[in-house]
Amino acid sequence: MKAFATLFAVLDATTSTAGKTAALADYFRTAPDADKVWTIALLSGRRPRRAATATELRTWAAEAAGLSPWLFEESHAVVGDLAETIALILPSSADIAGLTGLDAVIRRLIALTGQPAEARRAAILALWASLPPAERFLATKLLTGGFRMGVSQGLMTRALAQATGRAEADLAHALMGDWNPAQTAFGALVSALETGAGSRPYPFALASPLEAAAATLGDPVDWRAEWKWDGIRGQIVARPGAFALWSRGEELITDRFPEFAPLRDHLPEGTVMDGEVLAWDRASGRPLPFAALQRRIGRKTVPKALLREAPAQFLAYDLLEAGGEDLRAQPFAARREALDTLLAGLPPGLPLAASPLVTFYDWDALAVRRQTAREGGTEGLMLKRAASPYLGGRKRGDWWKWKLDPYSIDAVMLYAQAGHGRRAGLFTDFTFAVRDGEALVPVAKAYSGLTDAEFAEITAWVQRHTLERFGPVRRVPPDLVFEIAFEGIQASPRHKSGIALRFPRMLRWRRDKPVAEIDTLEALRGLLAADRGLRAPGPPRDI
Amino acid sequence: MAPDLLTLTPQGLFCPAGGFHIDPWRPVARALVTHGHSDHARPGHAAYLTTPQALPVIRHRLGPITAESLPYGQPLAIGPVTVSFHPAGHVPGSAQVRVEHRGEVWVVSGDYKTEADGLAEPFAPVPCHAFITECTFGLPVFRWRPQPMVIADVAAWWAANARAGKTSLLAAYSFGKAQRLLAALPPLGPILTHGAVEEINQILRAQGYPLPATTRVTPEITAKTHPGALVLAPPSALATPWARRFEPAEEAMASGWMAVRGIRRRRGLGTGFALSDHADWDGLLTAVKATGAPRIRATHGYTVPFARHLCDLGLQADTLQTEFTGDDTPGDGA
Ligand SMILES: [Zn+2]
Ligand SMILES: [Zn+2]
Repeated sequence: MKAFATLFAVLDATTSTAGKTAALADYFRTAPDADKVWTIALLSGRRPRRAATATELRTWAAEAAGLSPWLFEESHAVVGDLAETIALILPSSADIAGLTGLDAVIRRLIALTGQPAEARRAAILALWASLPPAERFLATKLLTGGFRMGVSQGLMTRALAQATGRAEADLAHALMGDWNPAQTAFGALVSALETGAGSRPYPFALASPLEAAAATLGDPVDWRAEWKWDGIRGQIVARPGAFALWSRGEELITDRFPEFAPLRDHLPEGTVMDGEVLAWDRASGRPLPFAALQRRIGRKTVPKALLREAPAQFLAYDLLEAGGEDLRAQPFAARREALDTLLAGLPPGLPLAASPLVTFYDWDALAVRRQTAREGGTEGLMLKRAASPYLGGRKRGDWWKWKLDPYSIDAVMLYAQAGHGRRAGLFTDFTFAVRDGEALVPVAKAYSGLTDAEFAEITAWVQRHTLERFGPVRRVPPDLVFEIAFEGIQASPRHKSGIALRFPRMLRWRRDKPVAEIDTLEALRGLLAADRGLRAPGPPRDI
Repeated sequence: MAPDLLTLTPQGLFCPAGGFHIDPWRPVARALVTHGHSDHARPGHAAYLTTPQALPVIRHRLGPITAESLPYGQPLAIGPVTVSFHPAGHVPGSAQVRVEHRGEVWVVSGDYKTEADGLAEPFAPVPCHAFITECTFGLPVFRWRPQPMVIADVAAWWAANARAGKTSLLAAYSFGKAQRLLAALPPLGPILTHGAVEEINQILRAQGYPLPATTRVTPEITAKTHPGALVLAPPSALATPWARRFEPAEEAMASGWMAVRGIRRRRGLGTGFALSDHADWDGLLTAVKATGAPRIRATHGYTVPFARHLCDLGLQADTLQTEFTGDDTPGDGA
């Protein structure tokens, strides 16, 4: 655990990418193989099943430290991170050796899952007592889940390439899919794997938001446009003996969408497609609201009624492998033609189609088409360079997402809560309300979009103006007005307001706006109706 | 019931029986001042009383003032009240104030730490009936490692930077923390100081506090003229054009707040050394117990949870709101 803790300290202290890569490469050269496998797993978002709930951990830690629960919570509110609070709060003798390796610690944690609470409690207290604070923090991070080390998958792959001498692209591919770190040897993980082996997907290519004017991209002839669908990005992998649907988060979701199973019999062996999974209204030929797809996401087995109400459709963007051959180096235009040819040869009635290209000859005309995106149930446009290869990760220049401007409202802050991580100690998580007659109704929580200086100023204001405290949450007078942007709106019986906003964030602090002029719940209901298509399409950008 | 020996007025903490204030923040006739930090030694009082060790820095910071000094442990009658100063261990010359009237004893801690740092006069607990204690770090997540271990970390960081051909830029409060580091660090290379730090160094050296030789940063001094140097500067000097001359450099800060990762990251500092001139959680509880006081008033820091915890322990504790509390965001000097 010491080597891993040292690595974490360096990564945490270093902002330069080169410095982080060097530290990781060094770790991959020197750490025990078993620890390396777990480090790769953690850095690529895999983690052991949780051996304890957050509530159990807080209770056990407070008891072990001899502290009242309220004092533990006060401390947690200041530190911001549960694992760090626990690491700091437990008594520690200065000279614990911390001899256990990362692999051994994780295996101890895995062995605990499913055991009775008393056994888990005893084992975790013993683990905490055996580690110095820095390692105790990391071990607890493994227990609480949220492990982020500021290292992208790309950076990790580069470091691994430096340490092993293997090509980055090969490694990126080798690390995809559902390998189990508990059963994988380091050598096997990074050794040459046949491209396309098993059900392994390819690293997803990601687009960057287009901030400049579209015309700056140059000649429209060099570009292809398609709609940006709001579903689950996925890859369908059909190879000899294997059929899989992968989400962009590298989750295997084949079983959640049984309607795609027939594709197994129809797709040629050695086919990999990139595309979007959507809940689809076959009658109108447009997607159902995202809420319909959401009902599908959470379920491992799907009841028949739901299959009828929210049937899934795969809209293919790209063909990455055909006849077992990796096409990624070919130009997008060629891959796209191959995709169309492949799909044209399939029998009708399958839940699979190509995502239609949007033909255009000049950027202004395309901009007009983009304004109609919501009518078709999409979020805007995707622009892809016709000559571009399929590159894993977010490589700027070839793929752009040109989204519609978000909705926005003015709302007033009602509650504030301290942030976590880098913003611990600052009030950054706010609840916002709009007017409903004389009352104020909370409609959104948001925690991003302001500068550190603004958060600091608001923090000072919250401290002076707290009306009530509920644990870490403070109620404040409804005085500060913010412009809140969001991507969509849906009906929600769970919320008092009856609506839920998707991806709300603070656009700006409206110091100029009096509370009397904030938006109303009525206006939001109107927007909801418009968004459902009950009114004329093309809702206003601003309400 | 007798009125409280010390009460709060708009000017600050006041002793009605003796007619004097302790660390007042607005101008008063007679101020007893615990130490030279700017939240304790304010300008504008008609008369100052402090320890002889604290006075030079206070004079340096406040300019011409009317001041007297009273050595540690020596009683002084102010009307019917007897006052004396006792070491607080916070910075050189810092004091707790003992106030006695008709057999009742109150002690005002000022800022203090319980660990001896090798430079400041070590903290000495003073038995009393009521103890007004600071609690800047009054939460159980703040527990310091012993000074030698933290200093070893700082030294290792400095040595590694020097090996990598980098300057070590260490941010530390210019009065107290900076000198404590100077006195404790091993001589690994040249030590450069920001003007704000060097001015205090000179004052303390003249008083006889043992500080190693340092070089004030002047325009011609750069990373090239002093390779492998450690630069001690106040936090405000980091990330300024002044600091740029030392590139390539690594930055770090020595402060109790560095114990919390989120605070460290918000300051944009990868490296932080949790070294504080205030008592940690265990230090606060030890100090409170050592006074034997049944009544505790918490000020300056996490007052609400600290007082509540003392109540849980069976003490009579409450909070004393000063102009410098109610603010739980980290400041300097910690
Ligand atoms: Zn101080
Ligand atoms: Zn202070």
